[in-house]
Amino acid sequence: MTSLATSARVVRALGARSIRQTFRRPQLISPIIVFPTLLLAIQTGGAGAGIELPGFPPVQSFLQFMLAGSMMQSMMLAGNSGGIAFAVDIEMGFTDRLFAAPIPRFAIVLGRLAGTAALGLFASLWFFAIGLIFGAHIEGGVPGALLAMALVTTSAMGVGGIGAAIALRTGSASVVQGLFPLVLVVLFLSSAFFPQALMIEPAKTIAEYNPLSFIVEGVREPIIAGIDATQTLEAVAAIAGLLVFSIVLSARALRHRLRVG
Amino acid sequence: MPAIVVEGLQRAFGEVFAVQGIDIAVDEGEIYGFLGPNGAGKTTTVRMLTTLLLPTGGSASVAGHDVVAEARQVRSSIGVALQEAALDPLMTGRELIRLQATLQGLPPAAGRQRADALLERVDLSDAADRRVGTYSGGMQRRLDLAAALVHSPRVLFLDEPTTGLDPVSRKTIWEEVRELNDEGTTVFLTTQYLEEADQLADNVGIIDSGRIVAEGTPEQLKGEIGNPHVELLVGEGSVTAAEEACRALGKLLPPKDGKRVLLEVEHGAADIPRVVRALDEAGIGVESLELVRPTLDDVFVAKTGYHLEEEESEGEGEATEEPATA
Repeated sequence: MTSLATSARVVRALGARSIRQTFRRPQLISPIIVFPTLLLAIQTGGAGAGIELPGFPPVQSFLQFMLAGSMMQSMMLAGNSGGIAFAVDIEMGFTDRLFAAPIPRFAIVLGRLAGTAALGLFASLWFFAIGLIFGAHIEGGVPGALLAMALVTTSAMGVGGIGAAIALRTGSASVVQGLFPLVLVVLFLSSAFFPQALMIEPAKTIAEYNPLSFIVEGVREPIIAGIDATQTLEAVAAIAGLLVFSIVLSARALRHRLRVG
Repeated sequence: MPAIVVEGLQRAFGEVFAVQGIDIAVDEGEIYGFLGPNGAGKTTTVRMLTTLLLPTGGSASVAGHDVVAEARQVRSSIGVALQEAALDPLMTGRELIRLQATLQGLPPAAGRQRADALLERVDLSDAADRRVGTYSGGMQRRLDLAAALVHSPRVLFLDEPTTGLDPVSRKTIWEEVRELNDEGTTVFLTTQYLEEADQLADNVGIIDSGRIVAEGTPEQLKGEIGNPHVELLVGEGSVTAAEEACRALGKLLPPKDGKRVLLEVEHGAADIPRVVRALDEAGIGVESLELVRPTLDDVFVAKTGYHLEEEESEGEGEATEEPATA
């Protein structure tokens, strides 16, 4: 077996463990599924008439508009939960078991990111299911849904990398957990829950440049209108930037962790 | 060929030296007992030898590979069971061993087979599909040991494998360690327990404040101490008075507690009548009197000036032995 194949098996095994860990620990799965689902229900129920506002993009329903935002929220909290779980591993010494194994050490980070990506995929499936059950149309059809799922999955990996980097750097679950409000700030200062056109300054300008807005729009477009090449490319570019940033950050944090032992 | 060679190994955390230039040689097939109190540098040494921590000076090789330059080869050759068994309470025992098999590069079928065999070996087959969080301390240590053996390592590092365990669980681990050693595995064992080192180790190194203060077989070390000592539990009269009465009969050793007098005597049992007479003449009542042959604790006292057992109880509850300034 080649070294690459062995590393791939390690990443898969660690990813599977990371998913099991999330589903077996309610405090990890709850922010990923329960919280965004409740918020979706509250917002859809309470602000559904918002789609009548001038400047609101043409949508079939508020639920249809909100699906992308809920997926983004779930994906970002999956990244945060992944970081918390990684920090718990460091705190209880489980990462020592991994660092003492004859594997490339970055495979340990990649395993965690693979698990977070899988949770992102699960979250997108969950919200598509909710959308379809409650009557939302997916205008881009199956290809549109697949595109949206791919974008959510890869962006989960990017956000997970930032969580992993902070976990490696600090080794403290409470520090990573403390980022939860920041996740919400980034989310609300994007077009995840409200169209940019209807925002007021300075939120509007911040949302315009917030990379998350590009990803949200890339995910939303196949749901509310159909696949759009420009929106898709902008989302892919934002995700690529996020991935590069988070991988560099986590690689540096890993080096720091190995140096301090 | 030595399984472990350590030369001038150092580790500093900022300005604090946790390990101060130690030398160790462990032969293939040997059990090496690394004895010392909390904070002596045992865990820091193990972390360097298992490639989890970079040394700041000196060199070390394990299974013929340098721990810095050939860290990957070292990791392939060793099994590690660290202090406070690093187990995920949410995994089952079987999942953990299978994950460990994957980490060690075993193909899936071989990994499954090996996991079953190891769970059987450490008597955890019935609990294999339960979450580790439901295991007792002894079961967790056995599982940790099984995980360390998944790739049949040449050298096994056990960092305080029995700390906090009840006597029965402790004996079970000892038996397993002996069996592994009989099969040819070299074992590097850190412990705070004198009895553990005495029972298991072919050679013992005593570390204190980051320095090796004594090394040899348990018998050699005890032989260096030489004479047995009389241990008196004073009933009537003060300990100080008892010490005064005995002073001329031998060498007074540092007391274990406020009630006992420890007197090293040259001729063993033959000296007891003289001790009893001296105490009687001084009007000091004795509740018990015992002739104690040298133990590793005596070696420890002779080399460091204090008892390891005292340090243990004072150090209980310490989470780590790394210096606070690290």
